[in-house]
Amino acid sequence: MKPIQLDTLDLCIAAFLVLVDVVISIVLGLRLHKQVLLAAVRMVVQLLLVGFALRIVFTLSSPAMTLAIVALMVLAAAREVAGRPSQRLHGWANFRIGAIVVGVSSMATVLLALLTAIRPSPWYDPHYAIPLMGIVLGSVLNSASLGLDTFFGGVVKGRAEIEARLALGATCGQALAPLMRDSVRKGLIPIINQMSAAGIITLPGIMTGQILAGMDPVDAVKYQILLMFLLTGAGGLAAVGAVYLASWAVTDERHRLRLDRMVQ
Amino acid sequence: MPLDREQDKKPQNATQVPLLRLQALQSSHGGPFSLELAAGECVAILGASGSGKSVLLRMVADLDPHAGKAYLGNQVRDAMPAPEWRRKLVYQAAEPAWWEPTAAAHFSDADGPLVREMLGQLGLDTVLLDSDVTRLSTGQRQRLALVRSLVGRPQVLLLDEPTAALDQSSILAVEHLLRSRMEEGLAIIWVTHSEEQAGRVSTRRFEIRNKSLHPL
Repeated sequence: MKPIQLDTLDLCIAAFLVLVDVVISIVLGLRLHKQVLLAAVRMVVQLLLVGFALRIVFTLSSPAMTLAIVALMVLAAAREVAGRPSQRLHGWANFRIGAIVVGVSSMATVLLALLTAIRPSPWYDPHYAIPLMGIVLGSVLNSASLGLDTFFGGVVKGRAEIEARLALGATCGQALAPLMRDSVRKGLIPIINQMSAAGIITLPGIMTGQILAGMDPVDAVKYQILLMFLLTGAGGLAAVGAVYLASWAVTDERHRLRLDRMVQ
Repeated sequence: MPLDREQDKKPQNATQVPLLRLQALQSSHGGPFSLELAAGECVAILGASGSGKSVLLRMVADLDPHAGKAYLGNQVRDAMPAPEWRRKLVYQAAEPAWWEPTAAAHFSDADGPLVREMLGQLGLDTVLLDSDVTRLSTGQRQRLALVRSLVGRPQVLLLDEPTAALDQSSILAVEHLLRSRMEEGLAIIWVTHSEEQAGRVSTRRFEIRNKSLHPL
C-alpha cells in the first residue's frame, strides 16, 4: 500500500480551518488572530525548510553530514535544557550540563536501537538516525529540564535545611539525597504518563504516522513500543545525569553548598 | 608552627596545645580572624548586625570558601574530611532549620536518653519531640536545636545567638546546661547581642569591627 500523496490544494483546504480560528478570534475579541496567523505561517516555513533539508541529507546519505545534523540537534536541545530552569548556574555551566546529558543519553539509546532492533544498512542511514534522534531528544529535553528545574529550585529554597544537615556533619550526598530523589522523580513523570496513556488516551504520533503511511497497525504498534522503551531509557538517563551533574556543580570537595555559583 | 597573634588574657600552660586555633581566616565577607580557644573555654563575640559575626562562625565550620588555617588540637583542618570536622565543631545558625516533620526524626534511637535528659534540663516537655516542628514556638525550636547540636558530643560549639527568642528563665537554663558541658571540656564561640550574657558565660570577649576581631 502506497502512502496517499497530498498536493497543495489539499493543504489549502485544511488551511481554511486556521481561518476559522481567526474569525473566532475577531468575533470574540480574543486579539489572537495575528498570533494564530503568524504561528501558522511560521510552522509552514519551518517544516518546509526541514523537509527540503532532510531530502538533501537523505540523498547525500553521508555519515559526516548525518553526524553534523545530529550534533546540531543535540546542541539545540542542550540550549533548551540549560535555559528552562528558573534558577541557573553562572556562565556556561548550565549549557555544559545540558550538552553532556542530552548528548550521552540520546546517542546511547539511538545507537542501541540502530545497532540491535532496526538495523538499517548502513547503520547510520539518515532515514532512520535523524528522525529517531529527533523523537528521543524531545523526551530527553523534557526529563532533563524538569529534573534540573526541580533541583535548582529546591537547592535555593531549601538552603537552610541543607546547610543545617551539613553543619551537623552530613556529607553533601546525604544532605542533598532527598532533593535529588525528588528531582529525578519529577523528570521521569512525563515518560510514565506517556506510557500509561499510550493507546487509550492518545494514539502516539509515530504509530499514527506509520498507519497513515500505509503500515499494518500491529507493525506500527511494534515500532511505537520500541520507541517508548527508547524514550524511557533516554529520559531516565537524562534525568539522573542532569541531577547528578547539577549536584556536583553546586557543591565542592569540602562538602559545602556553593550557591555563589548560581545566578542570584 | 606559627603562633597566634591574639593575646590570651587567661594565663595558660605554655606547653599545652589549645583546643582550637584559627589563623587568619578570611574571605571577601570578613576577616582576617585569628583566635585561640582552650578546652572548656567560652569566647563571646559581639558586634553590630552585619558586622560579620555569622561570617566568622561559618568560616570556622568551613561552610563558606575562605583562606586561612584552622587546627583542632594538633590536627590541621584540611587533613580532615569536612563532615568529620563539622561533627567535632558544630555550627548552630541563628534560625536553625529542620528537614523532617518532627524533631524526633532528627535524632537516632540511641540518642534517646541523652535527648530526654537535656530536654529536662532546658524545661522542655518530651511530647514536643513528636509535634509538628512548624507548630512549635521559635523559642522551643531554638532549645531543641541546641539539644540537636549537643547530642553528637562535639568538642567545639559555634553558637549564633542561641537564646535570641527565649525568656529570662529559659536563657539561664540554656546557659546552665552549656556551662555544665564546658566543665566536661566543651569549648564555645558564642555570638550574642547581649553584653550581660557575654559577661555571664564567657572568659573573653571580642567585638567585630571593620571586619576583624577586637578584644574587649
